[in-house]
Order: sequence, then C-alpha cells, then structure tokens
Amino acid sequence: MVQSKIWVFAEQRNGQLAEVGIELLGKALELARPAGWKVASVLAGQSLSGPCERLLSFGADEVFVADHPLLCSYCSQSYAKVLDNLIREHHPEVFLLGATAMGSDLGARLAARLRTGLSAHCIDLELSAEKKLLSVVPGWGGNVLARIYSPFTKPQMATVMPGVFDMPREGNGRGRVIPLDVHLTPADVTYQVLEINRRAVKENGLEKAEVVIAGGAGIGSKVDWQLVEGLSSALKGAVGGTRPPVDENWAKEDQMIGQSGRTIHPKLYIGVGISGQMHHMVGIKGADLIVAINQDPQAPIFELCDLGLVGDFKEILPLLIRAIQDYKA
Amino acid sequence: MQILVCLKPVPDPKHWSRLGLDPKTKTLIRDGIPNIINPLDKKALEAALQLREKEGGEVITLSMAPPSALSVLREGLAMGADRSILLSDAAFAGSDALATSYIMATAIKKMAHYDLILCGDQTLDGGTSLVSAQIAEFLGIPNLMHVSAIETQGSGAFHIRSQIEHGSMVVEVMPPVVLSVVKEINEPRYITLMDILKAEKKEIEIWSSRDLSLDEPWVGLKGSPSQMVDLLIPEGKRKMEILKGDPPEMAGTLADRLHRLGYC
Repeated sequence: MVQSKIWVFAEQRNGQLAEVGIELLGKALELARPAGWKVASVLAGQSLSGPCERLLSFGADEVFVADHPLLCSYCSQSYAKVLDNLIREHHPEVFLLGATAMGSDLGARLAARLRTGLSAHCIDLELSAEKKLLSVVPGWGGNVLARIYSPFTKPQMATVMPGVFDMPREGNGRGRVIPLDVHLTPADVTYQVLEINRRAVKENGLEKAEVVIAGGAGIGSKVDWQLVEGLSSALKGAVGGTRPPVDENWAKEDQMIGQSGRTIHPKLYIGVGISGQMHHMVGIKGADLIVAINQDPQAPIFELCDLGLVGDFKEILPLLIRAIQDYKA
Repeated sequence: MQILVCLKPVPDPKHWSRLGLDPKTKTLIRDGIPNIINPLDKKALEAALQLREKEGGEVITLSMAPPSALSVLREGLAMGADRSILLSDAAFAGSDALATSYIMATAIKKMAHYDLILCGDQTLDGGTSLVSAQIAEFLGIPNLMHVSAIETQGSGAFHIRSQIEHGSMVVEVMPPVVLSVVKEINEPRYITLMDILKAEKKEIEIWSSRDLSLDEPWVGLKGSPSQMVDLLIPEGKRKMEILKGDPPEMAGTLADRLHRLGYC
C-alpha cells in the first residue's frame, strides 16, 4: 500500500541528485506533518541505488525507483509516460518538482497529460487547513506576489525555485523503497542526447557570504560598477546584482540574485541602484539587515529595507568607502 | 519547411505601473495599455525567418488574443512572416496556460503540415513557461525548452542546443518538434518602412471557437484549473528608516553604523 500524499520529483543526472529535489523533500515533510500525510521521493534514471539511499537518509517515507536503461538520459516524453502511469495508479494529492531545466519541462508536460494546474517558479508553498496547496509566485514583472492554487484538480502541482528552501538534516532513514516496473520501448524516447557540456560550478561565495553588495540597473555603466566592487572589497563582501547588470556584462550570470538567480542569507546586504522588484527581493528576504541606496525616493526598495539612503550613489559610495577605510586604519 | 511561430501580445513594460487587478475575477485589467510582441517570441520569429531563408518554406504566426492585438500581428508580418492566424473568441477569455495550450494545439492540428513550432521560452507577463511543452503534449510530439541554437541536418533531423544548469546539451530530434528559445539565440531584425508597407498586403486570418473542434469544458476561465487566491502585500517587517542629509552626512552616518556593528 502506497501511503504518501505529497510526492517530490528527485531530479538526477548521472546519479547526481539536484539539490532542489532534496530541499523540496524537506519542505514537503514540513507541510505533510500537520496534515498527517507521508512524503515520497520519485526517482527515474538508471543505476539509482546511491541517490535512493541519500533520499532515505533525508527522511523520505517512501522512494519510488524507476530504474531502466531507456531512462538513462532525460527525455520529456519517456519520463512523462512513467510518471503519468504512477500518478494515475496512486493519486497523490500534491506533486512537486524543482523549477530547473528538467523539472520545468517535465512538470509542464505532466500537468497537460493529467489535465491539472501547475504553479510555475514558486518561491514559497503553504498547505491550507483544507489541504489545498497554495503556491506563492512573483507576477507581472515581479511587482507583486500572488498566491495560486488549483482547487478542483489532482494532483496539485508546482515547480519551485532552487535555493528557496533549506536542505533538511540528514539522519537514519526509516523509509521504504518501492521499485517500479517500467514499460518503455525505444519509440518512447523521442530525442537522442548527443552531448552534454557543463561548466564546473564556481563557488563565488554569494550564498555563504556574511556581507553582500548588490548593484542594479541604476549603476549605469561598467566603469561605475567598480564602485560597487570597491564597496564590497572595503567590507570584505561578495558582489551580486539584479538582471540588468548581467545583461550588460558588468556582472556575471552566476552573480545574479533573485528568482532566476541565487538566494542569499547574509548578515548585511547593501543594494545600490536597485529599484526593488520582487524578482530580486525574494532572493534577499533572508538577509538580517537590508540597506538601500537609490536616487529615486519612490523606489519600492525603500519600503522593503531597514535603512535607506536617497541620493546619488556616485557621490555616496566614494565617501562611504573612504569612511570605512578610515575606521579600519 | 513549414514553421509556426507562437506570438503573444503582452502589455508594454513601460506602462506596467498602470496595470490593475479586478478584485472580483482576480484577473488583470489591462485596458488602454499598449501591447508589444513578447520579446522572446520575436526571437522565435527571427529564428524561423533565418531557417526559411536557408531551407525555403513558409512562416506562419499564431496568436491567441483579443482583436485589439491585430496591430501587434502586423509587426510580425512586417518582420517577414508570410501570414498570420489570430485565435480570438470571448469564450477564450480567462484561459490559463493549460487552456491556452489546448486551444493553440487544437488550432495547429487543423494545419495540414508543420515541421517546427517555435515559441519564446518565457513571456514578460505571466511568465509560467508552460505553454510550449503543453502544446507539444497535446500534439503528442517532442519538445525542447531553453533552445539557443537550431541546426538542420542532411538527414532531415534537427540538432538542437538547449541550456541546462551550468551548461548546455545538444540533442538530435526529428520533426515535427516544438522548441522554445532563449535570448542568446539571435538578435531580431529591424523593420523598415518598406517592410511595414509590404505587410499591409499580407493576410491575417481570424479563427473563433467555431473554427476549431474544441471540447468546451477545457477552454476559458472554466477550463483553467489554476486560480489566483490573493495578492500578497510584501510584509512591512523591515524598519524602513530613511537617513536624512546630504551625501557626506548620509555616507558618514552609514559608515558609523557599520562600524558599530563591527563591519569596519
């Protein structure tokens, strides 16, 4: 008898579990407890004993394992077929995936196959007293947050941004493994992966930094971006940014903070030339102290910060850097 | 090569401060706000035009929107699309991603032949990124998201480069296939006055629900499982203290506070 009501897709490539699948397992266990529900992780691929052990150690009550040579590389149609069959057999209430390349694609296809609603790119999840999944998503350019639900269809599906939930603690797993019979033919695999190129992930310290200085569109040029970096080195912090500095090549893609970038938890965050759109602000909500420097007194960030400086950063930052250096000297 | 490009008219971000929310239906009020072609959809169209230049064939744009979107479709024709189809019906109003994908896929099934369906990876407004994969699912054909390059092969197959976390993969797939493209794929061409004049002669067909064999419960607000519960006002948990003074005073005060907190 399958008991779990919340299922989490445990994304993996070559036996390497994506962290978001584990973060979601942790969140699912937290949501399930008051409802008296159990939580399953769902693994698909080939040679999965390692990932399976890990999921048990992170507290999964059940782990479904679809292990088959034809699932070796991800393909949306073959994966969707296996998961669709499994969901139709056991009727989970909630099905969660990471909002990754794989999870977004698979989730969309599965939701269409199951004719159910999916909330995409969520940054928070709640389970109501009526056991409805409420998903928090930034909308309309990130100016607002909305709560979305699908009250009449099952399973209630969501894809969740990586990094918004903490990794659960590892312990002694007591869950059970449920191996699945996989019925696939080569025709179910509708494309062939020819090559995969992945960069080594460079740790730029943003996630672990105690001080983060971030710049936004208001910085205006690569030359003035050096002021952001100067303030960061004066405070021994890490440098991050919003989308425009990355698009303008002032900053690197992996320095982006927010919904489609990193989620940070520094003690001190200073945002310079950042208006405060929700896409960015969701990535810094774990900061202890938020300082904002912006010319526009109407910028939304001034309502979302602890300390605001209304003025031209080109005047303020050099003075600030000098004053900090004076204290150190 | 027969290529369909899905174009979504979206409210121009320059006017987003004027967007409102209907408190009853919890849908967006966008009256009077000008539309533009969703920027990534424009790149999908550019990719289609480049493939047509190389392989020959036809490029058709497909949109689902109120009739007010016609001017936006003209822009697609001016860029070089051969013709345009607008799916427009009061019954479609309130459709979420799932219902939209179903309606679009049903319209595509009416076409005798297609090799490629191109979309933008994400729209500026809803931004759910669901529609391309869901159209593919309703058509029963493969799809790839986050596409940054499309190459045709002598065999008739496509080699598609698709972005994944920290890298990319190259996939071989046979047509028909749905692809959604990312910003790195190209820079859309500029349109000239001549292009605009030429587009005036091109055809825009309007299809209503009567032109499509749709199952009624699956379209519009009723056919949309996703609903908005409410909007969250960002919590005013922060102190929101605004420093006073000129730049030297503000910089001095901030440095002093950072010093007291042990940062310098």
